[in-house]
Amino acid sequence: MTAPALGKDLLGLESLSATQIKLILDTAEPFKEVSERAIKKVPTLRGKTIVNLFYEASTRTRISFEFAEKRLSADTVNVTAKGSSVEKGENLVDTARNLEAMRIDMVVIRHPSSGAPKFLAERIQSNVVNAGDGRHEHPTQALLDMLTIRDRLGTIAGLKVCIVGDILHSRVARSNIWGLKKLGAEVGVCGPQSLMPHGIEHLGVTVFRRIEEAIEWSDVLNVLRLQLERMEAGYIPSLREYYRVFGVSEDRLARAPKDLLILHPGPINRGVEIQSSVADGPHSVILKQVTNGVAVRMAVLYLLAGGQPESAEAAKGSVRGGME
Amino acid sequence: MRPVLIKGGRVIDPSQNRDEVADVLLMDGVVAEVGNDIGTPDDAEVVDAVGKVVAPGFVDVHVHLREPGKEEAETIATGARSAAAGGFTGVCAMPNTDPVTDNQAAIGFVIKQAREAEAARVYPIGTISIGQRGERLAEFGSMISAGAVAVSDDGRPVVSSHLMRTALEYARTFDIPVADHCEEPTLAKGGVMHEGMVSTRLGLKGIPAAAEEIMVARDILLAELTGGHVHLCHMSTRGSVDLIRRGKDRGINVTAEATPHHFTLTHDECSQYDTNTKMNPPLREAEDVDAIREAIADGTIDVIATDHAPHHYESKERDFDDAPFGITGLETALGLGMVELVAPATMALSVLVRRLSTDPARIFGLPGGSLVRGTLGDVVVFDPDAKWTVSVDGFVSRSQNSPFIGRNLVGRVERTFVGGRTVFQRGSE
Repeated sequence: MTAPALGKDLLGLESLSATQIKLILDTAEPFKEVSERAIKKVPTLRGKTIVNLFYEASTRTRISFEFAEKRLSADTVNVTAKGSSVEKGENLVDTARNLEAMRIDMVVIRHPSSGAPKFLAERIQSNVVNAGDGRHEHPTQALLDMLTIRDRLGTIAGLKVCIVGDILHSRVARSNIWGLKKLGAEVGVCGPQSLMPHGIEHLGVTVFRRIEEAIEWSDVLNVLRLQLERMEAGYIPSLREYYRVFGVSEDRLARAPKDLLILHPGPINRGVEIQSSVADGPHSVILKQVTNGVAVRMAVLYLLAGGQPESAEAAKGSVRGGME
Repeated sequence: MRPVLIKGGRVIDPSQNRDEVADVLLMDGVVAEVGNDIGTPDDAEVVDAVGKVVAPGFVDVHVHLREPGKEEAETIATGARSAAAGGFTGVCAMPNTDPVTDNQAAIGFVIKQAREAEAARVYPIGTISIGQRGERLAEFGSMISAGAVAVSDDGRPVVSSHLMRTALEYARTFDIPVADHCEEPTLAKGGVMHEGMVSTRLGLKGIPAAAEEIMVARDILLAELTGGHVHLCHMSTRGSVDLIRRGKDRGINVTAEATPHHFTLTHDECSQYDTNTKMNPPLREAEDVDAIREAIADGTIDVIATDHAPHHYESKERDFDDAPFGITGLETALGLGMVELVAPATMALSVLVRRLSTDPARIFGLPGGSLVRGTLGDVVVFDPDAKWTVSVDGFVSRSQNSPFIGRNLVGRVERTFVGGRTVFQRGSE
């Protein structure tokens, strides 16, 4: 048994090396196939217990993790803030220690406060996977975005990827910036300046104020969901105005010098940040992202559990043997 | 009470620009004499201060002692002892307690608890507004008659400019400062650290420097309008320093304080989400730290105040967003001043002593801050060369929420006298 390839936890992509990121993407490859089988299950994490600790509403990320866990044969428990002791004011560390006292192996945590997964990881023995913390990082989302880009375009290095929308509040944006840059892409960000974080250019990204310029520059657009609350909080005047100025529309894309690959982490606000025909069009890989999400999360859980990347193929293969 | 003869120390008394080796005699609660040929009275205790500095006891115009309401974090007694351990002989207790110290009975309670503590003197600050709600003026006159020395809604800014104006005008009757926590609330809302590159990287909501500076500018303008004395709490930005400098140049009655952490640390300290780096105002950028240091040296910032803000460990043992603002400061102030201001020659030791004793006593109209014969026998003896490491176990304060734990400091208090009586002696704490 060699040293774990990722360390104890996956808290973000800022702290990972390019090699580690590639390792996750490569490890995800064989796991893609598991989801295509009639019996979508391998015994890799049999006997492991995983808690999905969600302090924030989430449908797709939680379901994606849950499928990944179940397809690896782990036992899973979902804890959501509503209706649990969390709602009764129990603090994060007490909740975690109580769960750990039940002898769990991993915690997948989604939390509205940036840094909460790190806080947890420093205080419990179990592996911790960040499923999104505040506006800090959402590493598995960025990994599945990168896997999807690589699937379609064959590489990440040298590509120009622009993230469009509410960069200020976006953990998806931050994780994508770290991951893409480590793999050699050029990264742009585009959105209203009122939703652009202070000093973002110091992360090594190109800032576009106009969507037209971003489209002209890019090979790939990753279009973020615009939260309705941003309008209510006064960051933008209206959704209609947002679409008019920043919406990714067919017209705008038609003027681009080349076809752009279109990603979106979902859920989509049709007609707000993206035109329906673009989201459903031939260059959109939005559903492919969702499919890849399960494989990427399987890879992350497998590697954190101490699985060896070179054995991933065998790990899933062994099932077949077992099933016969 | 036995007289005390402190012999052979380097006596630094900024109130008379004195810096020389001399003896100090404390008798009957006051400074009886300072000189080189003082006879030792019968029954006097002789304190050997060779190699030490003997100075007026430090005065901190901004501390939170948490009583009543959060006695698990600090009490008036533990806070007053923590102060004494840090060389402070007088501290001004902010009124954001629970219940709020906004009336004469509440002020009287602070006075009573402090008297029983027999440590540093505690001077209560009353609120500007009833319940710190920012609506109606509290009864300044009644609070002052019970012992209040200033008014402040610290912890919260005075949002209404009309209320701030009225407070400055009304405070003139009593010749007391109105201390403001400068924070424009709509800009600062939800912020947990300085808005800058680090907050962007960490995904934490930032508080821009402008949130402080807007209120600094407003307060200076209102001081000019009213002729009242505005005291600006815990200044943290270069822009604030510029505004204060310009206000003072125009003769406006404005004074200001800065904390040791704002002249020592930058927002980079937050990068591990350590909740002991979460305070308000937040740690800023290197150029802000430089500006604060310079302003303390040249007197634009009049005093060093710690904003001592003890919190029970449990309340800091949270994710960054949920943890309360604030750190303890009384016991690390001198060491940080020595290492960060005196050692790099930003200022002379006598200037550091002035900003910790003479000037705070002067701007808040408090006794002390001087070794002139007949003044209070409030004296600190410290070893300017003592090397020590800040440790969790070393605090006298009931709380240990300090970002300086593990830091090596130079300069440590040996003994503190209040009214000629020893209230702290190293080795016997």
